[in-house]
Amino acid sequence: MAERAVAGRRSRVRHLLRGIAIVYVGLLVVWPVAMVARHTFADGFDAMGRALSDPLVTRSLWLTAQVAFGAVVINTIFGVGISLLLVRYEFPGRRALSALIDLPLSVSPVVVGLALILVYGADGWFGPVLGATGFEVIFAMPGMVMATAFVALPLVIREVVPVLYEIGDEQEQAARSLGANAVQVFRRITLPAIRWAVVYGVVLSLARSLGEFGAVKVVSGNVVGSTQTATLVVEQRYQDFEQDIAYATSFLLALAAIVCLVVVSLIRPKEGATR
Amino acid sequence: MSIAVRHVTKTFGKFVALDDVSVSIPSGGLTALLGPSGGGKSTLLRVIAGLETADSGQVEIDGVDATDHPARRRNVGFVFQHYAAFKHLSVRRNVSFGLEIRKRPKPEIAQRVDELLALVHLEQFADRLPAQLSGGQRQRMALARALAVEPAVLLLDEPFGALDAKVRKELREWLRRLHDEVHVTTIFVTHDQEEALEIADEIVVVNNGRVEQVGTPDQLYDEPATDFVMRFLGPVTQLGDELVRPHDLELHAADPGGGASGQVERVTRVGFEVRIELSVGEQRVQVTMTRTQAQALEVRTADRWWVRPAPGAPTVRVDGRPPETLVPAGS
Amino acid sequence: MTAPGITVPANRLTTGSRLGLGIATLWFSLLVLLPLVAVVVETSRGGWPAFWQTFTDEQTFAAIRLTLLEALLVTAVNVVIGTLIAWVLVRDDFPGKRVLEVVIDVPFALPTIVAGLVLLSLYGPQSPIGVDVANTRIAVFLAFLFVTLPFVVRTVQPVLAELDTESEQAAASLGASGPVIFRRIVLPSLLPAIVAGAAMSFARAVSEYGSLVLLSGNLPMRTEVTSVRMLSYIENGNLSAAAAVASVLLVAALLVIVALEVLQRKVARRG
Repeated sequence: MAERAVAGRRSRVRHLLRGIAIVYVGLLVVWPVAMVARHTFADGFDAMGRALSDPLVTRSLWLTAQVAFGAVVINTIFGVGISLLLVRYEFPGRRALSALIDLPLSVSPVVVGLALILVYGADGWFGPVLGATGFEVIFAMPGMVMATAFVALPLVIREVVPVLYEIGDEQEQAARSLGANAVQVFRRITLPAIRWAVVYGVVLSLARSLGEFGAVKVVSGNVVGSTQTATLVVEQRYQDFEQDIAYATSFLLALAAIVCLVVVSLIRPKEGATR
Repeated sequence: MSIAVRHVTKTFGKFVALDDVSVSIPSGGLTALLGPSGGGKSTLLRVIAGLETADSGQVEIDGVDATDHPARRRNVGFVFQHYAAFKHLSVRRNVSFGLEIRKRPKPEIAQRVDELLALVHLEQFADRLPAQLSGGQRQRMALARALAVEPAVLLLDEPFGALDAKVRKELREWLRRLHDEVHVTTIFVTHDQEEALEIADEIVVVNNGRVEQVGTPDQLYDEPATDFVMRFLGPVTQLGDELVRPHDLELHAADPGGGASGQVERVTRVGFEVRIELSVGEQRVQVTMTRTQAQALEVRTADRWWVRPAPGAPTVRVDGRPPETLVPAGS
Repeated sequence: MTAPGITVPANRLTTGSRLGLGIATLWFSLLVLLPLVAVVVETSRGGWPAFWQTFTDEQTFAAIRLTLLEALLVTAVNVVIGTLIAWVLVRDDFPGKRVLEVVIDVPFALPTIVAGLVLLSLYGPQSPIGVDVANTRIAVFLAFLFVTLPFVVRTVQPVLAELDTESEQAAASLGASGPVIFRRIVLPSLLPAIVAGAAMSFARAVSEYGSLVLLSGNLPMRTEVTSVRMLSYIENGNLSAAAAVASVLLVAALLVIVALEVLQRKVARRG
């Protein structure tokens, strides 16, 4: 029947598109990532064991966690604050600020590192001031946290802002009319409403912060044992022909990133369903 | 261009939208598919259009079996409730769309579009975007767009449903006049019986996936085939096990034969109409009459009256059996 | 980043929020604005001659040309494949679609150095399928393709999901076939989103660094990209040259952002 032929043609196109998408993503992402797992566990748990028993590696993992944690906390606090300011208030320069917030996503990580050095390095704008107080930013923790915070800055904001727009401020107005002060309104009304958006933003920031490489490399000086993060370990060990350790560390980082994505995917309600 | 639907069934999962529906729609008329929401009328329209495929049955357009034809081969014009305007195209480009994809020569397209825009009185909006038009204007544009390709049939799915009451009335009359001018076989879906009664040549009442009755507005109002049709098209009240129109009930002081006795519970006056509520046994019966009649009879609360349908008035048994009059005409 | 077309009554600042805005702006300036300004300032340190010298340096020129070319190619590919993938995610349904959704975001969340290693393991010297593109131009193309995968998909997907299929049905009733409907009805509605995604994809590719370190070998004049060139300037202490290259990239990024803002406003007007 012609009807079935028409439906057949339509579903053939659909299958073709589906196939292309799956093959493309498979070849570009799935298979390569699977290969890393394969390399890591080629000798069973040997590679992983060797990596985890290397104190420099474990040090780097701990350092990565600390830096990421710091960056995420900073970005969450300021992210939520800025989101509220951008959505609920009107002030000169609001549009400009809103557009500039996205800047970090388009900046090369090497440029981020360079920029921070130019301001906070020994020869930088604040160099002498910082030198006098003995507070080290570049080649130290603060610099690494700043670099990481820079690159992940927009992530919480991009999740929270749309939700704030969507829910509107009527509930907040109602709370205020009932006598609640700003802190109460925030804690009891606003925060619960944006709760999940904040969670998504935090998880995405965390993934991004754990994985930062270029900016941290420039800013930290990559000093083994004190300012070498996990990503920097991967680079160094691979170049030193200790590939198994490089793969094992990579696997751990990749695992963390994928866990973050899966968590977000699971707790997020299904959006954009098929028609 | 006549339409014939034969034994069409359509289910969505477990829900039966159309159950063995057969209907024949004559050429050149303005037909309404009338029924409650979810009753199947929109589905029927979309099956005729080819936007849905029936599970079984045939659709014939002008004698040709179009059951297997996709929408774009059926040469039907479809107008949606929410306009389905091409948002990125101007009014002019919206209307010319069908002609452009048929690769008609540019001068021909331009002339036809101008004709249509004049027909729907949107000439001065030709270069605006749909977002800049009101709802009523957008719907007129949608109509012009559908008519541009000279369809065999024009199908409208609750075309005025998204508009407010005043615009709805205006456009309803405008559609009737347009049809009188253009004479394309037109089928429109509505749940508003006033709309159907006012402008349709013929009405197909659809309920629960089945055709309840087909007829002219007068036929449907005066000779309803089932209790659903009677209820849907006008006010009803129940006397005994029969449905009758409140304005078809008479009040008699003495037993006229064929009536029932009841006590007046309430008398309400609404404008020129008087509504009398009687309790007849366990039932509440509504009778309406003009002010003059009510004053002449001196109806008051707590009075007892005999009530019966006027001779020849249409009644329907509540269980849906064919119509019969309680009292033969002429008594 | 604005919510398109939604106007929400916005209040004027109170003392509390004024303070908050002050702190936020201060922090944003210290973290982002000041450092970026410093880059531009540093560029002008050597004056025009030094600036010009940096860009006429053969190696730098080659790096920039390579980066721009590959980024453009990758963006072109992403426009097509990204729209296709978004279509499949929105209009199709099959077991495992959820997995596809998560996988799309992997390049976004994965550390770039790991991305390099990941691609190396399948397309490098130890490739099980015998494909070895390490240290070639193709490696640069591949790395860019990897890290920019999510961008067009994620900008197009929500727009496609919100699309009113009635317009498509209307077009079908007027006689349009599937491809015609896609070309004339769907694509114009998606165009702003595709452009936005393409711009982000381009900006991302141009800034890429980590995935190329292991994969491309960073061979000067052959597979060295702008970021790597900048890094070697930094490591050699020539901060103004690095800043010069960085400034150009920053200006490009700003242009992209401004263009997106303008585009968004234009679309919001269309309704």
